[in-house]
Amino acid sequence: MRLTTLQKFLWAAVAVALVAVGAVFLLVDRSPEPIAQAAFRPTFSLPDAGGRLRTPADFEGKHLLVFFGFTNCPDICPTTLAEVAQVMDDLGDQAGKVQPLFISIDPERDREMGLAEYTEAFHPSILGLAGDAAQTRAAADSFRIYYEREANLEALDVYAMSHSPGLYLISPEGDWLGQFTYGTPASEIVADLQARL
Amino acid sequence: MKRIFATLALIAAAGPALACETVTVGPLEVSQAWSRASIGTARPGVVYLTIRNSGTADDALMSITTPAADMPMLHQTVMTDGVASMPHAMEVPVPAEGQVALEPGGYHAMLMELTQVLEEGETFPVTLTFRDAGKVTIPVTIQNIGASEPTCPSPDE
Ligand SMILES: [Cu+2]
Repeated sequence: MRLTTLQKFLWAAVAVALVAVGAVFLLVDRSPEPIAQAAFRPTFSLPDAGGRLRTPADFEGKHLLVFFGFTNCPDICPTTLAEVAQVMDDLGDQAGKVQPLFISIDPERDREMGLAEYTEAFHPSILGLAGDAAQTRAAADSFRIYYEREANLEALDVYAMSHSPGLYLISPEGDWLGQFTYGTPASEIVADLQARL
Repeated sequence: MKRIFATLALIAAAGPALACETVTVGPLEVSQAWSRASIGTARPGVVYLTIRNSGTADDALMSITTPAADMPMLHQTVMTDGVASMPHAMEVPVPAEGQVALEPGGYHAMLMELTQVLEEGETFPVTLTFRDAGKVTIPVTIQNIGASEPTCPSPDE
């Protein structure tokens, strides 16, 4: 059977589409799994804006409220960071028992653009962490969160990342306590924290 | 009448910038346009607003322009299996006898390549182009960097 140029093109298009569908299934597969009952202790080892390497051990005795994001994210990252700020204000005297962390998934650019000035604009208590590519991937894997540079916007010369936008709560002992999905009202997070502190 | 006074009071409070303005073009009414203060100009800004369509035909927001940014775009944040991504929106549908909001976590106008620092309390104009209704310009109120909803009341209130 001889194929015309158009037919070849169409078959190529079908192949591309099949690969794309396959890729979507792979992505779906990588979404966070339900958390098992066994102790789950996500960890990280990442420098803060001053270059000091931070691990969960640095925050002993505190609950960690962890958000993965990037400072070039104009829509949902500010919304979540503003919520964290609200939570910290509403906790009042108990705020010292909670450490909010902003882990950059675009660390090189975020360091260049100023990580600390960004997190401080929302709340002085939020600590920004930005490592190298391997440290960042290791932290994300440990939290079972997903991030990737968005290819669909690259063609338009726009740089963006897709990522899991939840807030993760870690106990002072380092155990995973749960996640607040994007859009959880600050009042709900405060109530949950107050019941634990 | 009460509404007019409320509007006048807001305008007076904001000075000549005409914050909280509601504009109309054809059957469309655009209101509650707001943005967040920026740190410098390196990071993209964002614009949110509400569009109401009192007409009997669907329309769509096709593009935006503003002197505040060289490359404004329409985006939609979508959540798929817990992962947020932000595809380019070719258009934002404005249903007949309905409304659509550009709001955090959904449709938004993204301001790439800011030409100016967005200072809290100031305003800047954005021109919206609709497929059928045409163009209209609205002043956008710059709120705090941590704002998550408009401070301007809905035109009904
Ligand atoms: Cu966007």
